[in-house]
Amino acid sequence: MKIKFYIIFLYVFFINLPAVAHHDEFNIFLIENSENIIKSSAKTVDSILRDIQSFDDEIVSRFLELWKSKSLYYIKDTKQVVIVNENEDSLDALEIDGLTRIGNYSKKEIKKIKPNSGVRAKIDSILVKYQISNSDINVRQKSIESLKRNIQPEHLEVLQDAYINETDTELKTVIDRLLKFAIVKYSDSNDKKLEIIESFKGDTAIEIRASLNQLLNSSEVKVGISLPNNKNIARVIVPGFTIKNSNGTSGTTNFFNEDVEISINDAYDKLYAENLVYKKRITQEELKKILEQNISGDTIEGYSISSLDNEQSRIAAYNKLVENNLAPPFISENKINEEVNKFIFYSIYNETSSEVTNAALNTLASINFRVQIYKYIDLLIDGLSLASIYFLGAIGLAITFGVMRVINMAHGEFIMMGAYTGYVVQQFISNHTLSLLVALPLAFIITFIAGVIMERLVIRHLYRKPLDTLLATFGISIALQQIAKNIFGTQARPLTSPSWLDGSLSLSDDLSISYIRIAIFILSLIFLGLLLFVMNRTRLGLETRAVTQNPVMASNMGINPERINMLTFGFGSGIAGIAGIAIGLFSKVTSELGSEYIVQSFMTVVVGGVGNIWGTLAGASLIGFLQKFIEWFNPSNTLAAQTYMIIFIILFIQFRPKGIVALKGRAADD
Amino acid sequence: MTNSINDLLARHTLIFTIVIVMFSLFITFFSEPYGNGLISTSFVKTLGKTVCLCIIALAMDVVWGYCGILSLGHFAFFGLGGYMIGMWLMYERTAIIVQEAATNELLPLTETELSNAIGNQIFGVVGGYEIPSIWMFADSLGLQLILVIAVPGILAFIFGWLAFRSRVTGVYLSILTQALTLALSLYLFQNDSGLRGNNGLSGLQNIPGIEYLGQEVISIGFFWVSCIFLISIFLLFHSLMKSKFGLIITSIRDNETRVRFLGYNVEIYKLFIFVLTAIISSIAGALYYPQAGIINPAELAPIASIYLAVWVAIGGRGKLYGAIIGAAFVSLFSSWFTGGQAPDIPLGIFTIEWVNWWTVLLGFGFVIITIFSENGIIGFLRNIFVKEK
Repeated sequence: MKIKFYIIFLYVFFINLPAVAHHDEFNIFLIENSENIIKSSAKTVDSILRDIQSFDDEIVSRFLELWKSKSLYYIKDTKQVVIVNENEDSLDALEIDGLTRIGNYSKKEIKKIKPNSGVRAKIDSILVKYQISNSDINVRQKSIESLKRNIQPEHLEVLQDAYINETDTELKTVIDRLLKFAIVKYSDSNDKKLEIIESFKGDTAIEIRASLNQLLNSSEVKVGISLPNNKNIARVIVPGFTIKNSNGTSGTTNFFNEDVEISINDAYDKLYAENLVYKKRITQEELKKILEQNISGDTIEGYSISSLDNEQSRIAAYNKLVENNLAPPFISENKINEEVNKFIFYSIYNETSSEVTNAALNTLASINFRVQIYKYIDLLIDGLSLASIYFLGAIGLAITFGVMRVINMAHGEFIMMGAYTGYVVQQFISNHTLSLLVALPLAFIITFIAGVIMERLVIRHLYRKPLDTLLATFGISIALQQIAKNIFGTQARPLTSPSWLDGSLSLSDDLSISYIRIAIFILSLIFLGLLLFVMNRTRLGLETRAVTQNPVMASNMGINPERINMLTFGFGSGIAGIAGIAIGLFSKVTSELGSEYIVQSFMTVVVGGVGNIWGTLAGASLIGFLQKFIEWFNPSNTLAAQTYMIIFIILFIQFRPKGIVALKGRAADD
Repeated sequence: MTNSINDLLARHTLIFTIVIVMFSLFITFFSEPYGNGLISTSFVKTLGKTVCLCIIALAMDVVWGYCGILSLGHFAFFGLGGYMIGMWLMYERTAIIVQEAATNELLPLTETELSNAIGNQIFGVVGGYEIPSIWMFADSLGLQLILVIAVPGILAFIFGWLAFRSRVTGVYLSILTQALTLALSLYLFQNDSGLRGNNGLSGLQNIPGIEYLGQEVISIGFFWVSCIFLISIFLLFHSLMKSKFGLIITSIRDNETRVRFLGYNVEIYKLFIFVLTAIISSIAGALYYPQAGIINPAELAPIASIYLAVWVAIGGRGKLYGAIIGAAFVSLFSSWFTGGQAPDIPLGIFTIEWVNWWTVLLGFGFVIITIFSENGIIGFLRNIFVKEK
């Protein structure tokens, strides 16, 4: 009994009492400062925020949180700061700790405290200090996130403490990085800055580049008789000639960017604005306006109006006005040049230490070098995936062309058929993975049958007339396209990829490969393997090759060329169907899907050489990589890239009319 | 024997000329300005455009039906001709409008102001006001007319020279011409191509200088010019194909290697035909687009050139009048069916709406013609009416 009492006593004395005491002190503080809390401004809030930090952490962070989120109220009579529980028509006022009830008030008696955004920002920056040392890791994470968005000089210390105290390793690295940015941005010590800038070398994260670029921010154009000695000069500007590089240095104009940083006229205007020259430049518009104001009858100062249709005569008439003191003097172009050349234009870094800016330039250069390499790799991957798409689209065409010397203009429509098959299957099977597994063979079967039917009904009748086949298959192509349009409408239909194909494999901020591209690459590898196997290791492949090389001889050896033709045509069409699903996964399914790829597929076949799988592979690679490569030179303009690529192909055919991999010997005759 | 064939052909050209002239007179006497107005101006324009399509079909027939080069790019030359004349039409008209607006100004415009104002009018839609250098001749009708001939001519010459020299033939050549067409239309689709990107050139039906005549009169004028050009081209091709030169051309189609072994420079002949037909296509285009009023890169898309081949194939290749019949027949039917004028066919549960199903019919009909009648409608009619032994 005694012991129990003793424990209670201890508890009250050592733990509860001090808190209660603190709490009371805090209430007193609130009452003393209630005026400034209720009507806070960015000026008055500083002293409150400074003083408040002497109180217990928990209560302060709670109070600041409430204040910031506009959850504080005050009683109009007593000016007491409270929090409230809303009832139906009245409000329960509570003390800040949320435990002590003060009383019940009507809605008119209590008013909300609304700190403005400047005050909220200041509260926030203090609040971070409390949150970042909170025992709950989620709160800490949240506070770091908010710091990332808005970091202030006073956070430097907070972050340093947080870094030392942080126990979670993952969060610690985040804090470490943030701390580095803060130091680069706000630290007074150049040595510290230099050390950290050095440590950034080779790290291509976008935020590091942003931080370095920020360090290299430079001033507006400045002008003087000579360069100032004690300033950290970013660049010397030649009006009408130099451009501003993103790292603050000046560069020369080139083909892609023609915008000079300041034109000669603007430079002169700047001189005038800074009182370095005393005569204002008269623009062509002003000149025209003044002339118009001085029209008398048909003439201006003896010059007939109709003669003023060129700049020289306008200037002459204007100069006459100047002589008669009717207009301010006109500054000739030569004079402007002369004046501008007397002065030197420059820009200075906001950062005063040249050591720091040089280090930043250096690090940025090394980072950009690595980024450049990533871009090359990215380009290679882009080219590779485009090549796989072209390969899938063209290989079926290449087989039929190789075996039968028939150009199938409806090949694109078989691709479209495959894509629509995938779409229709998805309407019945909602599981995307399963529907894809069903759609792939189904697309093959449907287009295989369509191909065989087309071969039996049309192609067979036109064997010795390749041009007629081309046109007849075109007829089928437009008919099929229109039928698809009539059935599915003109709007694009989605062929959704399974969720495991969404997203991408991210290798760095600049380098990520979407899983769909990887999947298409693998799919085309599988088809390459499958085709090589069929053509080189099976009876059908043997017979197909025989017919390709010499149909008559093959027929003499007991091979039925008609059967082979039919099967190859079906097979080629079937592959088109599967290519359709692959293409549909990353682009929308429309009735024009096939025709978008058909010319490129033809190109692939023509460039690669007829009747050879390796040839098609080479053709697809050449065209895919080439297109991406040209796009890379002028990324804003993919249309131009295609134009130049086609011109290249036309020239390429000059040197290798039979394609990269040409058939040799008798088989080459056609 | 040769004489009797020549007589027959001579009679054909005479009949053809008379038919076209009668047709033109007939249209004129029923037109709005010169007759009782039974035929509307828009229909006169449609007919005039069709005549231009017949001209390019003639060119296609010569290059494909006679010389055996299945070019899938001749419509690109047609479009280029339209662009070349369109540049003058658009520039000159804009200049007139700008100058009219400038009469309200107190001072006359300087050259820079004028060109900036014109540039702003024309290229405002693609975000620019500078007149690109390819428009340097746009203020002169004469030079721009020379370009109508020169640009497609040079393009066809370079392409043909490269292609024929490396002995690209058959379907390879077809695909290359198709690629050329695609490249050209993609180029024109760009905003910085200097030809207003996918906006194309518009307002071409207003002919600067003779606008006061009104569209009714201008349309008749263009119709007549197109008809006269059609007759002249028909006569030109007819006499060309009848001559020894034409014989060599057809021999090249039938067996190129053999002609080469006989000592003829096949490439030169093919190049000549290719360039000549390209130029004629371009002139046809220059006549067509002022009647159409607008040209944009979609007109040059590869599919247009393939349709051209379809017209010729349906009409009957290797016969000049076959091409004309094919082009007139298919293009008029197409606009009739796709214009929604053709009556729909109700089939109980399903109604055939021709707007949607015409292309399907055309596609399959074309396949059937290709399989069963190599020489198109003409060949089909011949098989029925002319019993040859």
